[in-house]
Parts: sequence; C-alpha cells; structure tokens
Amino acid sequence: MASNAAVPFWRAAGMTYITYSNICANLVRKCLKEPFKAESINREKVHFSLSKWADGKPQKPVLRSDAPEV
Amino acid sequence: MLRQASRLLSRSVTAGSSKSTTARAFSTEVPSTIDSTFVESWKKVAPNMDPPQTPSSFMKARPTTASSIPTKLTVNFVLPYASELSGKEVDMVIIPATTGQMGVLPGHVPTIAELKPGIMSVHEGTDVKKYFVSSGFAFLHANSVADIIAVEAVPLENIDASQVQKGLAEFTQKLASASTDLEKAEAQIGVEVHSAMNAALSG
Repeated sequence: MASNAAVPFWRAAGMTYITYSNICANLVRKCLKEPFKAESINREKVHFSLSKWADGKPQKPVLRSDAPEV
Repeated sequence: MLRQASRLLSRSVTAGSSKSTTARAFSTEVPSTIDSTFVESWKKVAPNMDPPQTPSSFMKARPTTASSIPTKLTVNFVLPYASELSGKEVDMVIIPATTGQMGVLPGHVPTIAELKPGIMSVHEGTDVKKYFVSSGFAFLHANSVADIIAVEAVPLENIDASQVQKGLAEFTQKLASASTDLEKAEAQIGVEVHSAMNAALSG
C-alpha cells in the first residue's frame, strides 16, 4: 500500500526528524556573529564516556567529546 | 511501516467492538474528580491512611477554554537551553509553518504546526520582535495558549550576512555534485536553511 502523505525529502532519504532538526540548528549556529557563535557552539558541546557490559562487568570505556559538526 | 497502519487500525476497531466498547473520552473532557468509589473502598480497608494521590492531583489545572474569544494570545516560546517567552500576553504571532507563514490570533483553531526555517514575529501593540527559527513545532491550544518550541532561535541582528552567502554558495555547489540520497538531502537542507536566512536578512 502506498504511503498516505507525501513524505518530506529528508525522510525519503532515510533521515529522521531529529537529525534534520539538528542539522538545521547547526547550520544556523554556524552563521551567527561573534560572540554569539562561540557561546552557542560552547553550549552544544557534549562529553561522555560509553562502556559496553559483558558478564556483568563494564568493559573498557570509550570517551567521546563531540563538538557538533554538520 | 505505514503499510501496516490500515491493518492495525482495522484490527483494533474489530477488537474494540467485540469486547465491551469503553469509549474513552478525551482528557480535556473528563472532569478532574477523584474516583469516589475507590476512595470509599480504600477507607473501608485502611481507614487510618490517606488514599493515594494520582499524578493529576499534583498538576495545575488545565486552563479552561473560555466561552468567548480572549483578547490576548498567551505565548510560551521555549528553546532547549532557555525559555525565551513564558506566558507572555501578545496580540499576534506569525510562525513559519511548513505550509507557509501562519498568523496566529487569539481564538485560533487548535493546531499543531511543524515549523520550517524562517522568521517568527511576535506582535504586541506596535512592538514587533523577530526571531529566526531553525525548526520546531507550534502547538496552538483551544484556550488561546500557543506553545512554540524550537531547537535554535536567534534575533535577526545576530546573523552574519557574509557567512550566509558563503554557506548558500557552498551548499548549492554541494547539491550539484552530490551523489547519494543522503548527501543530496543534506545539501538540500543546507540550501533551504541558508536561503531562508538570506530572505530573512533582506526581507
């Protein structure tokens, strides 16, 4: 059965809404004047540690410091 | 995923009609009263303890829909990191919905609108405040409350025109040279966002 509504181009290409929205927000942030640009990029930085578990014990953690990039 | 939708819908309808049809009212129509039969049977079993409270008793009552159209629109404009406008009473907001610029006046029909990159303007008397919104949603309620949520919203003065031009040129070129669907989609998004910013700055 064909889909009921016309899907947006990004969904047709396999992208979710969150990805689309984040890309839009990043593009807007990149086009800001200083100091707003530095503030916003600073605000959106994430830093997390990820560890997979096996046999009830955490394995070696992977540290990620992602600065947002398109 | 949507191919299954009609099968799932018809399945739930037949199941509902075969069992006792409990037609569930919308949450706006159900009066927020405590279930008295529950409270009575609780008191019989545990007379010294207070009956448990439900989450709705801790919430503020939902503002009722006025019978006459209110004069002002209450706007809540929030971003993930800040509450830009909170309960502000204004005359009108114009939001950049995917279907075009939508003017919202008090008494607007309840709507959920997806926003596209564009200008949102808040009109209060003669004051007009404009923001460039990257994307988001606008929920317009029956009681003339508008909840607008955006990921990123900046006043127009904070946008750098030269960067916008550069970005537009870059993404137009990427769109022409893109090969996979995903690359094309990303380039298309870039072109759309930058053209919207360009139009916002010049218009």
